Parts: sequence; structure tokens; C-alpha cells
Amino acid sequence: MTETQSFYTISAPPGMHGIKAWLLTHDHKRLGLMYLAAVLFWFFVALFLGLMLRTELMSQGKTIMEPELYNSVFTLHGVIMVFLFVIPAIPAIFGNFLLPIQLGTDDVFFPRLNLFSWYLFMFGGLFALISLFWGEGFPDTGWTFYVPFSVEVDTNVGLTVTAAFILGMSSMLTGLNFVTTFHRKRHKDMGLMQIPLFTWSLYATAWVQILATPVISITFVLVILERFLSIGLFDPDKGGDPLLYQHLFWMYSHPAVYIMILPGMGVISEIIPVFSRKSIFGYKAIVWSSMGIAVAGSLVWAHHMYTSGMSDVSVFIFSLLTFLVAIPSAVKVFSWVATMYKGSIEMTPPLLLSLIFIYLFSVGGLTGLVLGAVGPDIHVHDTHFVVSHFHFVMFGGTGFAFFAALHFWWPKMFGIMYKFKYAYVGSILAGIGFLFHYVPMLILGMQGMPRRYYDYLPQYETGNFLAGIGAYIMCLGIVIMFVNLALSFRKRVVAPADPWGGTTLEWKVPSPPPVHNFIEDPILPDFPYDFSGITDSVTENTDERV
Amino acid sequence: MHSQIDKTGIRIGMWLFLYSEIILFGGLFVLYAAYFHRYPEYFADGGKELNRIIGSANTLVLLISSFTVAASITAIQRNAKKKAVGFLLFSLLCGVIFLVNKYFEWGAKIHHDIYPNSETLVNGEPGISIFFSLYYVITGLHGLHVIIGMVLLSVSLVCILSGKVTAERFSLLDNSGLYWHLVDLIWIFVFPLFYLVL
Repeated sequence: MTETQSFYTISAPPGMHGIKAWLLTHDHKRLGLMYLAAVLFWFFVALFLGLMLRTELMSQGKTIMEPELYNSVFTLHGVIMVFLFVIPAIPAIFGNFLLPIQLGTDDVFFPRLNLFSWYLFMFGGLFALISLFWGEGFPDTGWTFYVPFSVEVDTNVGLTVTAAFILGMSSMLTGLNFVTTFHRKRHKDMGLMQIPLFTWSLYATAWVQILATPVISITFVLVILERFLSIGLFDPDKGGDPLLYQHLFWMYSHPAVYIMILPGMGVISEIIPVFSRKSIFGYKAIVWSSMGIAVAGSLVWAHHMYTSGMSDVSVFIFSLLTFLVAIPSAVKVFSWVATMYKGSIEMTPPLLLSLIFIYLFSVGGLTGLVLGAVGPDIHVHDTHFVVSHFHFVMFGGTGFAFFAALHFWWPKMFGIMYKFKYAYVGSILAGIGFLFHYVPMLILGMQGMPRRYYDYLPQYETGNFLAGIGAYIMCLGIVIMFVNLALSFRKRVVAPADPWGGTTLEWKVPSPPPVHNFIEDPILPDFPYDFSGITDSVTENTDERV
Repeated sequence: MHSQIDKTGIRIGMWLFLYSEIILFGGLFVLYAAYFHRYPEYFADGGKELNRIIGSANTLVLLISSFTVAASITAIQRNAKKKAVGFLLFSLLCGVIFLVNKYFEWGAKIHHDIYPNSETLVNGEPGISIFFSLYYVITGLHGLHVIIGMVLLSVSLVCILSGKVTAERFSLLDNSGLYWHLVDLIWIFVFPLFYLVL
């Protein structure tokens, strides 16, 4: 292979320098890194807010903040985490960076639209920031913006909802771009069953983004109209029905849950076979389950509304559909575990994080079934059990998949290796802290502690205190993880093209990749997970001595 | 790697976008369906308040403009630049006529104190109020799309005149045309839902 210059040194379109080469770039890799910077900023803001919430709850009564501030902080935590971290994290960062490479092409189909999506994302974030400091301050409605409260309250709901509208637009256009790229720019020799699973999961996600996002857009438009023109569509006084808001909201926001988790599952499907040195178990089953989740996940929204006053028949149907979604998810978990069975497993930080993912995601999935069943759901509805459940899935699932992806593709994106030791320490602390943080919440929920409350009865104090301790351990772990990654820039250990022994196309190009990804036409394997040619161990490849 | 422009790919992207636009209106049609189920007789009463003649005229205007946009695309493919420009100008004129009609329709309604949160509606039957709220939201959003469509057609027009859209490269005009057809298509559904509801 000839010596090439990476995408850091050559701009696309050519001839641009300095900051301009970044801000006006059409290069999907640079855009991926720009998303990384923005998303990480929001992640740490929201992580800090979450930690403050749990600190407030560690003791009864006022600990560090007033009730009004508490309400705004949990709303802000939710809005940022959902719209500015979990939804864009994996598709916008790793999807942008890797999807074209995994498909054997030079860029996404609409590079300029891709840049535009990034600006929309930044504008959405900016709007959220402005709504913090302008007028009556940030909303205290919760990220769900339920009417009638969101219509009546004086806080900046309009601006925040506009921010979410713009962010939705950005996410939808990214999805549109990925679907078109998938169909039109895939390497001509790559058949459907030769596509890496991460790209497949992004494809399924992209469809959900296109299908569902416009529904939330129109719902937010209606909230704004309701606030400024009192159109009365959700106002019982004027013949409207607030329940319809909930339907419209969850018609997007439940599929959005799959926008969040599907790419994470794709990441895990890439990592597990590489470090098991064994072909992925049930490739086709994983592909079909991704598409199955995308379809079935769009039909279960009303399981958020069992107690809202729906007919028993609807409750029954939505409960049944909810159980059906568990099947494709379980197929994936089974396939990952079966891939490791009799594999030649080599432990690395990405694999450890993937294992933590499987464990936490399974707990999240199983507690989800408790909530999907009508009887138990009535008992734990709107309690800390729900909070714990969706954090197991969103954070234990997508969050840890994001960390795993970061550790897996870090050498590819920046061309350098990080220290394994601190990555292990950070991951383990984060994983243990996570359990100490969220397991007490499951118990608190079963005991009846409601979510989003500022204060609680004395019997809940022990659980809340323990959860707070867990939160600090978890955050410490995450900080160690990121400091370790950041330190890899200082003592640059150059990463080879394929440090892990991966077989998908991104490992066939230099680290970091050249501007058009491939110097020569890539040679496609018959199957993306054929490890028969990989004999080196990871430690030999990376000079890592742990 | 693809030196040739991939027209099919651009079209797929545009179709996906149009699809998302349909879903956007779909949310409103869901609301319409739910409230129509709840207040069928008030919706019929509300429908009688609307002027069917203006509504039909607007439908006709949009249908004709859709045809002329399609004609303009065919013209540019056959290198008949002048014809293409003429057809586009006519389509834009249709858009203006539609908006002027809409302006007078809304104006008359507002003059009769029928608009969201007006005295008449607030004190009247809830079903009527819902009907007119939906009317204003849906036709308003549709009107916005008419304006966006006209902007797209105007941009295409300028590009034809400056030679950026030609017989070989007409994707911009093609996609603007698709958007205009979408605007027309949505109106085809909006029109009976409000003007012809019984």
C-alpha cells in the first residue's frame, strides 16, 4: 500500500484550509468528528445535571436546589439526553464516519445535505441554550411536554419545542441520506447479505427516523400554535382532547426509542465477533430482527398510556404488540452470546463494554416486559421503576454501546491507541456504579416512589441515598474513561490500519482513512465476518502490554 | 467513484422527503379522523360555512398548475427552453391565484369572527370550534407549502434562465415539480375533507 495522506490533511472539497476546511466540509468523516465534539459537550452537560438531580434527592427536603429549579433541571436533563445525545450519538457520529466506508464508497449520497444537517443540529442546540437564559427560563414540563401543562405554563416551552423540531429535522435528513446512500452508493459487488451489521442497523434506524420524526414535528407545531393562538385542539374547554396529544407524541417518541437502541445493537454486533475471532452467529437473523424491531416498534406507542384512559381493548392490543417487540431483541442477545460460545475470546476495553451492554440491556429489556404487561404496569406506572427501566435501556444500552463504539473505532478515527488499563478501570467503575445507581431505583419504584417528585416520604431515604452514591461512582468511571481517551493525544501511540483484527472494510483502509476512503477499489470478502485469515492477537498488533 | 450524476438516487432522496411531508400532514389527518368521529354533525355544519365555489376553483387552479409544471419538465427535456419558462411562469401565476383566493376566504371568515379563539367560536359549539381550528391549521400549513413550492419553482426558473438547468441536468426542476405535485396531492385530500364533508 502506498503512503497516503489522511483526511485530516486534505480537505473535501479541495483547497480549503484551517477552520474553513471543517465548517464547510463535505467529508462525512470530518462531519462525524464535528458531531462527536458537539454531542460530547451536551453529554457532559446533561450528565452533570443528572448528577445534581440525584444529589438533590440524596436526602429529604431541600439539599442543593429549590423545587422550581429541580423541575427545570430534570426537564433539561431529559431534553438534552434524548434530543442532543442519545438520538444523534451513534448514527450521527459513527454512522457518518463509518457507513460510507463499510459500504465501500467515498461519501454519503448527499454530502452538502449532510453538512446542512450538522448546522441544523447546532442551531437546535443553540435554541435550547437561548431558551435557558431568555424570558421565563427553561420549561419545567418534563421532556414529554404533556398538555395542558405545557400550554399553560409561562416558561419557554415554545422556544424549546422549536429546538426539538429543528433537531428532529436534522435527524430525519441524516436518515434520508443514509437510506439513499445504502441503496445508491453501495459498492457494486456488495450484495445485501454482505453488508456489515452496523450498517444494517443504521439502515433500519434511518427508516424509523424518516417514518416517525414528522409526527413529532407536527405535534410540536401544534403545541406552539396552541400556546400562541389557543387553537384548542388539545383543550377540553374548546372540544379538544389532551389524550390525542399523548397519542401523537408517543407515535414518534416510542419509535424514537428504537432510533436510540438499534444503532447500539449494531455496534455490539460488530465488536463481539471481532474479539471472539468467530463469525457472527445468525447474521440473517440479526438483519431481520433489526428490520422487525423497526416495524413492530412503530406499533406499540400507546403502552405509555395504559393509565391515561384508553379502552380496555386498545390496552390489550398494545400490550400484546409490546411483547412481540421483545422477540427480535431477544434474538439479538441470543446471537451475541452464541457468537462468543467456543470463540477464541480476547478481552479488550470495547469487548468489556459490550459485555456490560449485554448485561444491562437484558435487565432493561426484562423490566420492560414488566411494564408492557398491563397489571404490573398499573402498579409501577410513573414510579422510579420506570425511570430505572428506561435508563437501563437508554444508558446501560445505548450509552455503553456508545462508549464501546468510541473505544472500538478510536484508533480508526484518530489513528492512535489509548491505554487499556485505565479504560478497564473506567468501564468497570461505570458499570458497577450504574448498578448501584439504578437497582435501588427499581426497588424504590416497586415500593411506590413516584418519578419527577422533588421530595419523598422518609422510608425512601435509604434507597435514594444509595442511588446517589452509585451515581458518583458511575460518573467517576465515565470521567476516567474520557480522560484516558483524551490523554491518548498527548502520548501518541500510532495505531495500525487494523489493530483489532476486524474484517469489515473500515479496517482495510489506513488509520485515519484518506479523504476518499479507498486508495484502490476494495476487495470484498464473500462474507463480512470471515475470520479465517486473522491469526494475530490484539496485543501483538497494538504493542499493548497490560 | 460515480462520475455520472445519479438521477435515480436524487429522486429516491426526494421521494423520501416527500414521504416525510405526507407523514407531517398525516398527523393532522389523524386528528381530523378522531374529531370527525366525535363530532360528525358539527363537521357537516362547519363544512356548509365554507365556500364550495372558491374551493373548487382552487382545486382546478392547482390541478392545472400541476399539469403545466409537468409540461415544463417535458419541455426542458426536449430542449425547448422558452416553452419551459412559459409553463413555469404560468404555474407560478396559478400559485398566486390560489393564495389570493385563500386570502379572501380567510379574510371573510375572520371578518365573520370565525378564527381560533374568537368570541363566536369560544361561545359556540365545541365541535364547530374544533372544525375551524383544524381548517385553519391544515389549510394554513398547506398554504405554507404552496409558498415553499413557489419558491422552489422560482429558483428552478432562475436556473433555467441562467443555464444551470438544461436538458441533461434537470434534477432541480424535476424535484421542484415533484414537490409541487405533492402540494397539489395534499390539497386533493384537504378539499373534500373540509368543503365536501357531509
